Amino acid sequence: MSLDVNDLAVYYRTLRGDVRALDGVSFSLADGEIMGLAGESGSGKSTLGKSLIRMDARMRHVAGTVRLDGAELPVADDARMVPFRFHQVSLVPQYAMSALNPTRRIGRMVRELVRSRGVDYAGVHPELLRRLELVGLDEQVLRRYPIELSGGMKQRVVMVVSTLLNPSLLIADEVTSALDVSTQRAVAEALAGFRDRGFVKSMVFVTHDLALVHQIADTIMVMYAGRPAEKASSRTIIEAPRHPYTRMLISSLPEVGVTFAGKRLQGIPGRPPGLLDPPPGCRFRDRCPLAFDKCAEQPPFAEVAPGHWAACWKAE
Amino acid sequence: MRRYLARKILIYALTFFVAVSINWLIPRLMPGDPIRTMLSRGASGDEASMERMRAYYEQTFGLDEPAWQQYLNFWTSLARGDLGISVWLFPQPVTEILLSAVPYTLALLLPATLLSWVAGNRFGAFAARSKWLDNTLLPLGYVLTATPYMWLGILLAWGLGIVAGWFPTAGPYGFGSIPGWNWPFISDLVSHWFLPFASLFLVAFGGWAIGMRNMIIYELEAEYSTYLEALGAPRRLVRRYAFRNAVLPQLTGLAVQLGTIVAGALLTEIVFAYPGLGNLILEALNNRDFFLLQGAFLFIVVGVLIANFIVDVIYVVVDPRTRTQMQGSAA
Repeated sequence: MSLDVNDLAVYYRTLRGDVRALDGVSFSLADGEIMGLAGESGSGKSTLGKSLIRMDARMRHVAGTVRLDGAELPVADDARMVPFRFHQVSLVPQYAMSALNPTRRIGRMVRELVRSRGVDYAGVHPELLRRLELVGLDEQVLRRYPIELSGGMKQRVVMVVSTLLNPSLLIADEVTSALDVSTQRAVAEALAGFRDRGFVKSMVFVTHDLALVHQIADTIMVMYAGRPAEKASSRTIIEAPRHPYTRMLISSLPEVGVTFAGKRLQGIPGRPPGLLDPPPGCRFRDRCPLAFDKCAEQPPFAEVAPGHWAACWKAE
Repeated sequence: MRRYLARKILIYALTFFVAVSINWLIPRLMPGDPIRTMLSRGASGDEASMERMRAYYEQTFGLDEPAWQQYLNFWTSLARGDLGISVWLFPQPVTEILLSAVPYTLALLLPATLLSWVAGNRFGAFAARSKWLDNTLLPLGYVLTATPYMWLGILLAWGLGIVAGWFPTAGPYGFGSIPGWNWPFISDLVSHWFLPFASLFLVAFGGWAIGMRNMIIYELEAEYSTYLEALGAPRRLVRRYAFRNAVLPQLTGLAVQLGTIVAGALLTEIVFAYPGLGNLILEALNNRDFFLLQGAFLFIVVGVLIANFIVDVIYVVVDPRTRTQMQGSAA
């Protein structure tokens, strides 16, 4: 197992109290696995992604452990996380368009960054050029300032830079959200290619775009209101989901080739519970057509079939 | 780059022309008559001799000609570096008076502005990372910037000059000193220079520090900083990038400041009786000295334009974004 997250809970401190953005998340990632992490806004998917590399000042680690390649990842301790960042865990951020210092030539920025992490730049320079070429950029970009590149070029530069030290885990946080549809898929496939070539061992691909992620991800984990709802292979999630939330989520997506002449797409009525003081039990209960008495008790995130986990009493 | 510079120079030339024209016009719109002021100095009861004197002075200063002719004369003599003759210090040429005052103003203002800019930026960036400094010294900075300048100047002169007796409070050098390139005179010069310099430095320092502190906090929260931190870059690298980017708006501020520098020193020079351009402007105003006022303003205009031009050029060097604006994007 490459990554092992156990009962992770991360709250946001606010003036009105703790917002339980992540409340007991457990899952694991096999070597070479690309896991799509899906869910609507506020489901905790981005919080989970951030928790694995760098929590911001408002986030507070409450419980749970993370293990990466057998060693404990000290996610709660900002200073102790530093040696792991970039080397072991890396990030392709949502804001790739503005992730590069506007007043430094890209080559110089990369050189300074790599050196600051105690790595000999001359050793990685040929690899950097090779990987830039791989994503269709020539050596010239290193002599340019970020403003001279297009959005897609910046995105690719950031992808190459983030994975330059061959991290074990890559977190791709909504990397395609800011791109137009035609480049989304190219970016997603380039990332999958990085995994295939061994630049990264495993990857968490945070997104709200199920249609895109199922094309490149091996598994998909769907989150709802701070907890995982279901995790299974991409195929299973799309074709045979067991959690009622996943099912409703899938059925609310349009399908290619199907015309909806007589039938309107179904949304999911209601809204997710507030996470400031969430109700006990299953958090989807209020919107769930299958809810029954037992749902007042929180269902465990249990393996309902080999490689298929779901947090629902009716999933078996 | 060349096209950019050529365009800039054209704009500066135009600005110069307009500013100098206005500069010529304004004293002439002021109430009061300089000739009458001069005549009153040598007043006598004789009507006919007064009339002759008036005619003589008007001819000397070229005020007997129509306004448009005066305006043309002004440009032609300006081209020869002749700014006319002072009314107040008649018959000294204006250029000579100005040139004797400019070194004082520059020696005061250039170090005060540049040093306060450098020190204020350093300190502001430093204070932003320390909660303690942020809570103690920056409020002090606010107080310093908000202090009316003459009050601070007087306070300094009183505290360090009169009570402590460390520094002289007025004049460019002591009455007993004889100007020359010798050590006693230079040290006398420096001790007279110190208080006006310190007062200017303090006021500007607070402003720069506050500006920098706010800018650097903004830059440290910018996304390129977050990205570097996510990749575990050391604080030093992130700070260095943030500082460099936060300095850019401060640089614009410096250009504006360098421009208004001469006018800003008016109060300093009055408080400390320092014989710079500011003092001259005051005297010229009091004596309705058109030519001296024109000359002083000309120096200010030229100063503003040069300062802005230099900063424009520096900006192109330090901020690549301005360069792409003039070359077009490569992507």
